[in-house]
Amino acid sequence: MELSSERHENRLRLHAAGELTIYHAADLKPALLGALDQGDDIEIDLSDVCELDSSGVQLLMLMKREAAAAGKSLSLSGHSPAVLEVFELLGLGGWFGDPQVLPAATQRGEA
Amino acid sequence: MNLDLGDALQTFFAESRSLLQEMEEGLLRLETAPDDAEAVNAVFRAAHTIKGSSGLFGLDDIVAFTHKAENVLDRVRNNELALTEALVGLFLGCRDHIERLLDITAAGAQMDADTRQQGEALASQLSRYMGQSAATLPAETDAPVHHLGGARTADDTWHISLRFGRDVLKNGMDPLSFIRYLGTLGEIVHLTTLDDALPGASEMDPECCYLGFEIRLSTEADKARIEGVFEFVRDDCQLHILPPGSRVADYIDLIEALPESNDRLGEILVACGAVTQRELGESLALQACESARLENAQPLGEIMVERQIVQPELVDAALTKQKEARQRQAQEAKFVRVHADKLDSLINLVGELVIAGAGVGLMAARNKDSAMMESVSGMARLVEDIRDGAMRLRMVEIGETFNRFRRVVRDVSKELGKDIDLSISGAETELDKTVVEKIGDPLTHLVRNAMDHGIESAEVRLARGKPAKGTLQLNAYHESGGIVIEVVDDGGGLNRERILAKARDKGLIQDGDHLADRDVWNLIFEPGFSTAEQVSNLSGRGVGMDVVRRNIEALRGTVEIESREGAGSTFRIRLPLTLAIIDGFLMGVADSHYVVPLDMVLECVELNACTDRNEGCDYLNLRGEVLPLLRVKDHFSLKGRASRRENVVVVTAAGRKAGLVVDELKGEFQAVIKPLGNLFQRVRGISGSTILGSGEVALVLDVPALQDEAARAGSAGVTA
Repeated sequence: MELSSERHENRLRLHAAGELTIYHAADLKPALLGALDQGDDIEIDLSDVCELDSSGVQLLMLMKREAAAAGKSLSLSGHSPAVLEVFELLGLGGWFGDPQVLPAATQRGEA
Repeated sequence: MNLDLGDALQTFFAESRSLLQEMEEGLLRLETAPDDAEAVNAVFRAAHTIKGSSGLFGLDDIVAFTHKAENVLDRVRNNELALTEALVGLFLGCRDHIERLLDITAAGAQMDADTRQQGEALASQLSRYMGQSAATLPAETDAPVHHLGGARTADDTWHISLRFGRDVLKNGMDPLSFIRYLGTLGEIVHLTTLDDALPGASEMDPECCYLGFEIRLSTEADKARIEGVFEFVRDDCQLHILPPGSRVADYIDLIEALPESNDRLGEILVACGAVTQRELGESLALQACESARLENAQPLGEIMVERQIVQPELVDAALTKQKEARQRQAQEAKFVRVHADKLDSLINLVGELVIAGAGVGLMAARNKDSAMMESVSGMARLVEDIRDGAMRLRMVEIGETFNRFRRVVRDVSKELGKDIDLSISGAETELDKTVVEKIGDPLTHLVRNAMDHGIESAEVRLARGKPAKGTLQLNAYHESGGIVIEVVDDGGGLNRERILAKARDKGLIQDGDHLADRDVWNLIFEPGFSTAEQVSNLSGRGVGMDVVRRNIEALRGTVEIESREGAGSTFRIRLPLTLAIIDGFLMGVADSHYVVPLDMVLECVELNACTDRNEGCDYLNLRGEVLPLLRVKDHFSLKGRASRRENVVVVTAAGRKAGLVVDELKGEFQAVIKPLGNLFQRVRGISGSTILGSGEVALVLDVPALQDEAARAGSAGVTA
């Protein structure tokens, strides 16, 4: 798992690559929360995430909630197929409210 | 089927039985009033609930069969199908089949071939009403629940609530994989992920699991298979599975069982799959800001409709469901379901209390302690109230038993091809639960008998100038401390000559005997007596009228017949209100004690030595009336000093009077009746025993039996 960050003007862009799983959750939490302190507009690029499990989902949900609580904006982008599959399964597309480039999302009318 | 017959299952059986009862009542009502929409709904609801709860217990046979009946019922409900008499008959058949399936399940048995065949026959009849002909749809009975119109209805959708334990992830299990696997059983129609348990950033342990899921799963799998999915995390997660068509109460239970506190309506809507958590959240937020603007906030439901989040029908349905649930709860609050054993032991204790109280009273009287006697009488009054209250707990209305006969009358009249109306009066008359249970069989026999032999065929009736439609009445009312149940028919009445001829054949009476009508009628209660010229399958059931009389006598009751040729007959059953505790009248004969029920005692007179002491003359002139006397001392062959003064206790039962000659009158007494052992079963004139305060035993006299003796002795005396 790798987490890199780069700045585009005001936006802090985090790039997560590899597995967002229980094996890395302990390292991932401080890394992600730390990034939250570095900017007001954060984007997490998930295009290179090859595996996502419940712990990863939890962390993303935690991030979204913490950001909202701090009045910051957090968006997810570039959902990889692995991420899409999990979001689809758990009906989380609507929960995060980020645009997802996928045909499957439109089928789920209520999500 | 491997079933754990737990409490829940027992409750299910009890509930289902009462639902079946409702169903039957509804159907019978529909037979006379096919447009009664309320009755159609009641029947549908009953079937639907049985299906739902059976699904909960994985009783697939019941679910599959009930589903078919429900589909046809649904068409009736939507006015797509007219409710004909034949259809009502079919539904009654289905009801009976469901009952049979329940019985089989309750007995833990497997469905036998007969039952299966019956089910298949009924199912193919049902499918005829589904708009397809039976020919194109050949015996599609073994298929599990089949779907109509292709699309899955909400009825196949299970609701699964899942809360994972904290340690699931640490144990190497990923909740996601369980949900993926669940998806292989069917289609996950909807899934809501709940993050309510997710704590703030500082407390959150990234290696703990905080997620919860509300899942709508459309599948044909049964509950056991769905549960099986979560087998490895069973100890580590909170799992609630609601089968398709679950009752609102189940959802409410679910909501209460779940950790998240949420607006109840919202939760129901979410649980119904009508809205998601997010939409609900928005609506809640909207309601909050609306209510800030408006004084009276719009109900959440309306907001959702306005914002077109849900269709009005869905909100209506949810609201009706809520209302229903509330009503059901209110009803539940009115009644407490108590195990009959607990009541029995209470009655037993009260009985002992009565005896103990009598003992204390006796002691006080013996010691001539007037203050003590006063307290005792106060206590005695309270004990009496407790006794009456406890006895009332056991009292049930006879109406429920009577209503069962609507079905019997309907079926039998169909079978016999007669048109017979049943009219019921006095359904609210109360009597002891044990009596009610035991009176069912004899009553059934009398009712069948009246319909089979009593009421004539329509042609005969018309020829006799009576309406073609026969009438059968069931009446109940209270009379002198007992209950009277009448089975009245307006048929041909008993045929005196035929009964006499038959009795002579059987050697029951001699040629020269002259019998009063009531004695003639009583002959039909003799064993092996049947005057019906042809034995139909109704009377050939192996239960004769003698069994009827024996059953009634076992309840300390009597049965009498009134009959008029051509106008009908009345079978009148008299039963004591209760079998346990009575107000008695205590008498002393020689050194023994005897009790008669106080309600039967009319008066007591002194046996005047100068008028009636002549031996062999066992009757008394009571104000110009002939009163047959029975000398209790002689009857029971008691030896003892002849008392100087004898008394006559005038008793009445079944409209007849008799005088019991006793030595001593001891007055009122609360008698806790204990049955006699088998050894004394054959003793005539004794119906039970009771214990006095002193510990002595008193025998309870069986007045009707003694009256027979007295009358016999009396008439013997006259003829001699």
